Amino acid sequence: PALGLFLFTIAREPLRIIILIAGAFFWLVSLLLSSLIWFIAVKASDPRDEALQRGLLIFGVIFSVLLQEVFRFLYYKLLRKAIEGLVALSEDGCSPISIQQMAYVAGVGFGLMSGAFSMINLLADALGPGTVGIHGDSQLYFLTSAFMTMVLIFLHTFWGILFFHGCEHRRWWEIAAVVVMHLAVSGSTFCNPLYVGSLVPSYLLMAIAAVWAYLLSGGSAQNVRRFLLCK
Amino acid sequence: MTELSAHLPQFQHGQLTENFPDNHLSNTQESMASALFNTDQNDTSERRRHENSERRRNDNPDSETNGQPQNNIQQVVEQDEEEDEELTLKYGAKHVIMLFVPVTLCMVVVVATIKSVSFYTRKDGQLIYTPFTEETETVGQRALNSILNAAIMISVIIVMTILLVVLYKYRCYKVIHGWLIISSLLLLFFFSFIYLGEVFKTYNVAMDYITVALIIWNFGVVGMICIHWKGPLRLQQAYLIMISALMALVFIKYLPEWTAWLILAVISVYDLVAVLCPKGPLRMLVETAQERNETLFPALIYSSTMIWLVNMAEEDPEAQRKASKNSTYDKQAPANQTQNEDPEADDGGFSQEWQQQRDNRIGPIESTPESRAAVQALPSNSQSSEDPEERGVKLGLGDFIFYSVLVGKASATASGDWNTTLACFVAILIGLCLTLLLLAIFKKALPALPISITFGLVFYFATDNLVQPFMDQLAFHQFYI
Repeated sequence: PALGLFLFTIAREPLRIIILIAGAFFWLVSLLLSSLIWFIAVKASDPRDEALQRGLLIFGVIFSVLLQEVFRFLYYKLLRKAIEGLVALSEDGCSPISIQQMAYVAGVGFGLMSGAFSMINLLADALGPGTVGIHGDSQLYFLTSAFMTMVLIFLHTFWGILFFHGCEHRRWWEIAAVVVMHLAVSGSTFCNPLYVGSLVPSYLLMAIAAVWAYLLSGGSAQNVRRFLLCK
Repeated sequence: MTELSAHLPQFQHGQLTENFPDNHLSNTQESMASALFNTDQNDTSERRRHENSERRRNDNPDSETNGQPQNNIQQVVEQDEEEDEELTLKYGAKHVIMLFVPVTLCMVVVVATIKSVSFYTRKDGQLIYTPFTEETETVGQRALNSILNAAIMISVIIVMTILLVVLYKYRCYKVIHGWLIISSLLLLFFFSFIYLGEVFKTYNVAMDYITVALIIWNFGVVGMICIHWKGPLRLQQAYLIMISALMALVFIKYLPEWTAWLILAVISVYDLVAVLCPKGPLRMLVETAQERNETLFPALIYSSTMIWLVNMAEEDPEAQRKASKNSTYDKQAPANQTQNEDPEADDGGFSQEWQQQRDNRIGPIESTPESRAAVQALPSNSQSSEDPEERGVKLGLGDFIFYSVLVGKASATASGDWNTTLACFVAILIGLCLTLLLLAIFKKALPALPISITFGLVFYFATDNLVQPFMDQLAFHQFYI
């Protein structure tokens, strides 16, 4: 689905592609920094202590989430500057791309990158021979991974819109809500492999975020109805 | 961005309109030219471009003062510049994408091959240019060997460059032509033959020699025609991409680990130095070419579009010839210089091909700044018929090759596998974006290699060592960040 989003909405306009790749880059940098922190923490600790390792991992995840949001904010700042530059340089005085579109594209960029990093090794291994869950792990590993990744990509997209909207209108509670949601989703994955604990809340949160983002972008229930009835 | 500005629709003062396109074209063409060339020629062309454009600006008032108030001219000229920049940046995104696509394609081809065909990851020996082996007992010895290897390689490059400059200075064009043709022949036939053979081996496809001969022959001949002569743009671009990929594959196979990374790093430093220092041999080459006001040899350049000359009837053939230098589809009979449209990249690593490779890489590149100069010298009416949308950007094939080498090596030898490959890919694209942006801002010559390669290297090592364990653990526990 993310690929579909990309193809239909982004691939046409070169500016969006650039913003997308830049978004992916920012996510990557945030991942880099957070893994650096985690790595240092791990090296400084006892590698044989399982619980400690798990705890460190959780700490790493939380830190990474926070860093991701920080980088989203930085990206927002960069895009603001870029938009001013674009407005100044365009012929008719208005920017060729609006901040909402940028928010959307940035969100997709983040999401794609995070999804890619989560899934791609899995996919590569899935091509090879093997049995899922042979050591007593869940047999649904691949399926749930796929769903989780998809929900995360969508979430990133919506969070991008919400986040930028919050920054635009200086509504700090929106930004805080995004951060909290992100933490919640990541936290819910901690109870894997009890999948019902992670997938269901994530999807719920995604639905909430979707509706919220839709409303923010100027949609309304009327639009939806009109769209569905093909008026 | 290094875009050519569109033909300005503003005609404020009747007399000045003729000069507008000239001005714009000189500005933008030079910016386009310089931006993505293989670093070497960048600063020279850029510098000259600035000189030229300034000369023109000074010329304008002189030529147009008859009856025209001076301040009008100044104002127009300034507006000229602003609009120039605006249009430059406006088309920037589109042209960046036009470059993203071939770079991505090349990398995809290289990565796909590396992943599937094991030939290119087997160690079958090394080039004679990297005589020191890396399988030594101690780490220190290995480091020393790789440093020596890299040093030898770089000195070979420098020597070849100087040789080419000397040849060019003494007008030994035939030699250079011959080099280019031989190297492209080798690349198109020999290397693709090996490549095809390995692919067949991997997929266990039975093939007889006659069919193979037919395929390779057709491929090679069409490639030679496309690249050195006329051909459809898409086909030429495809061939250039294929050749860059082949070259990159050869590098990946025959360069040992540490040497490869070192060479990448040193090449970008060398590029940076060559562009920013005024004493480079390439700069001399370009200046010589400009002095003689000739079109240089066809460049190892990937061109994203072609320039059409719509009304070519009345202009003199000389002007048209030079104007269509940029185009890969020459409507007029090409000048004999332009027949060497050789966007060949380097050759493999075997002895004499290296020389040719360096030649190809460096020699033909000189052509473009010259062609720029030549194009600027054209009367404006021949330029006015150019379709602004058709102008494209050019990127040196050497850049393609090194980007692909980086990504290919990342996918071949990284423990993080696809994560690392993806990270390097994004890093390189961002580097390319930044380079274009910097070029548009500074309007100075900037090499295309250093920024991208630096990002790529940083991300490779960082992702491989830091991110990989983290992601592994996350995937194991199925945490998501």
